[in-house]
Amino acid sequence: MLKNMEEVKLLKGNEAIAHAAIRCGCDGYFGYPITPQSEVMETLMALRPWESTGMVVLQAESEVASINMVFGGAGTGKKVMTSSSSPGVSLMQEGISFSCGANLPMLLVNVMRGGPGLGTIQASQSDYFQTVKGGGHGDYKLITLAPASVQEMADFVDLGFTLSFKYRIPSMILSDGVIGQMMEKVVLPPYKPRRTEEEVIAECPWAATGKTEGRYRNLISSLELDPTIMEKQNEERQARIKLVEATEVRYEEFMCEEADYLLVAFGSSARICQNAVETLRAEGLKVGLLRPITLWPFPTKVLAKYAEKVKCMMTVELNAGQMVEDVRLSVNGKVPVFHFGRMGGVVPTPEEVIDALKNHL
Amino acid sequence: MSNPIIAPENLVYKKSKVLSDNIMHYCPGCSHGVVHRIVAEVIEEMDMQSKTIGVAPVGCAVFIYNYINVDFIESAHGRAPALATAIKRLNPDRLVFTYQGDGDLAAIGTAETIHACNRGENIAIIYINNGIYGMTGGQMAPTTLEGMKTSTCPLGRNIALNGYPLNMTDLLVKLEGTCYVTRQSVHNASNVKKTKRAIRKAFENSMEGKGTSIVEVVSACNSGWKMTPNEANKWMEENMFKAYPLGDLKDK
Repeated sequence: MLKNMEEVKLLKGNEAIAHAAIRCGCDGYFGYPITPQSEVMETLMALRPWESTGMVVLQAESEVASINMVFGGAGTGKKVMTSSSSPGVSLMQEGISFSCGANLPMLLVNVMRGGPGLGTIQASQSDYFQTVKGGGHGDYKLITLAPASVQEMADFVDLGFTLSFKYRIPSMILSDGVIGQMMEKVVLPPYKPRRTEEEVIAECPWAATGKTEGRYRNLISSLELDPTIMEKQNEERQARIKLVEATEVRYEEFMCEEADYLLVAFGSSARICQNAVETLRAEGLKVGLLRPITLWPFPTKVLAKYAEKVKCMMTVELNAGQMVEDVRLSVNGKVPVFHFGRMGGVVPTPEEVIDALKNHL
Repeated sequence: MSNPIIAPENLVYKKSKVLSDNIMHYCPGCSHGVVHRIVAEVIEEMDMQSKTIGVAPVGCAVFIYNYINVDFIESAHGRAPALATAIKRLNPDRLVFTYQGDGDLAAIGTAETIHACNRGENIAIIYINNGIYGMTGGQMAPTTLEGMKTSTCPLGRNIALNGYPLNMTDLLVKLEGTCYVTRQSVHNASNVKKTKRAIRKAFENSMEGKGTSIVEVVSACNSGWKMTPNEANKWMEENMFKAYPLGDLKDK
């Protein structure tokens, strides 16, 4: 029997994803093993949710199959998800593009590792471009949530599904090997029952659930050969994208009061920056941290406001400089925006961040 | 002068209500229309219209959802068995079938096909094998016969260059997960009846949870083969059936 209450556990970020999926009423998980995120499926297999909530968990033959299983399941209105790491997510790009083209809600998780290519199994944030600029073909966006703690790994599962079903745009939890592997205390939410067939049909009248008497057949497809209709479908998608940009921006300000200098970082980089900011504040330097929680929609407006107040900004990323481009677009030349990054799975110390910032002052 | 025999009370055949009124885009002589009609009739006879979820391919049958009036999900090229896997597991009381050509199933979707069959997913796969890529204009398929001319092997399929024709159903027979593997055709009335029985059995198997059923329909693509419909049927009998002999390969 599942206890319908909050529970506090010490978990890895990847394990938290699995627990949160079962607890939020997820209908199915389809995945393929890849380091550093294999604990997601391992935890699900150990918890055996098919015996408790009825959730389907299946190990697919490839990431290509995983994402297409998710596509099929989502097409029937079910809450379905997959998780992978960078090389696996590259393989999924076809399916992600098709999912966006067919307006399917789903939850994707990328626990990033260093690249390009097979790269390394150590943490990285070098899939920022792939995720927020569109790694697959066509005009689309993914609602991108960047957790900076194990708690957020758990919380963003339900949030990701909620936003995805609201806007019919896939959600991506863009995490990294540090957040996926580290252990922290996490408060897991009470169990939410999976939706009944009637609830699925009511929430997703578009879904392929079986053509009942009195309605036209439902079709899940990204295909339309008439350019004028295809353009209209794209315009409708872009309208939803604009709505998400206007309403769903999330970010956290850390010690930003009267800041002269602003660090901008997400995920594990933001955790390092918190430490750096505390040290610098103790030294008397007015430094703050702005942590985008949604990488798309990006907190453009708040960064533009800070550009009126601070002397410079510096992004800290586990890559060669990706998010820095969006920060520069946001501030539109008002203040200098620098980038400090490490690559290849190297994670900088707070001292390296401090030195990098001081070099620009 | 009106013929008194042609009257509503004397009709022995009518169009299935699961077939829509849309005019099919298939070339005259193509096998797809007949197989679509059979699928629709079986769904109607099993009273499963409201419980069926079809998975459409990429290929000539990409618009199958405009003709068979059930809910459909349009797959990426070759991925239909992966979609069907999840659809059926998440909706076990639904009839889930894929409809795929030889390019879709035997080239780009080989991995998805083999693994869905090997897991014994309770789905039915309708596999149209005409030895050519029809939709893209007649290129070589994995199933193209040796010596057969296509736009990407204009001198005929050369084994040294292109490898051998791939007989997918022969491979799928060997997988424990398949319960019913059969090869049929629809080029004459008796074979249409046999194909209908095969599709009915495949659909029943999937509802009874017996495993994966594959109905290969060796088909004519007279446009791609650059023949008249009659020539194509004759050529199919003389050549395709030698490489892909008709009959049940497995029924357990």
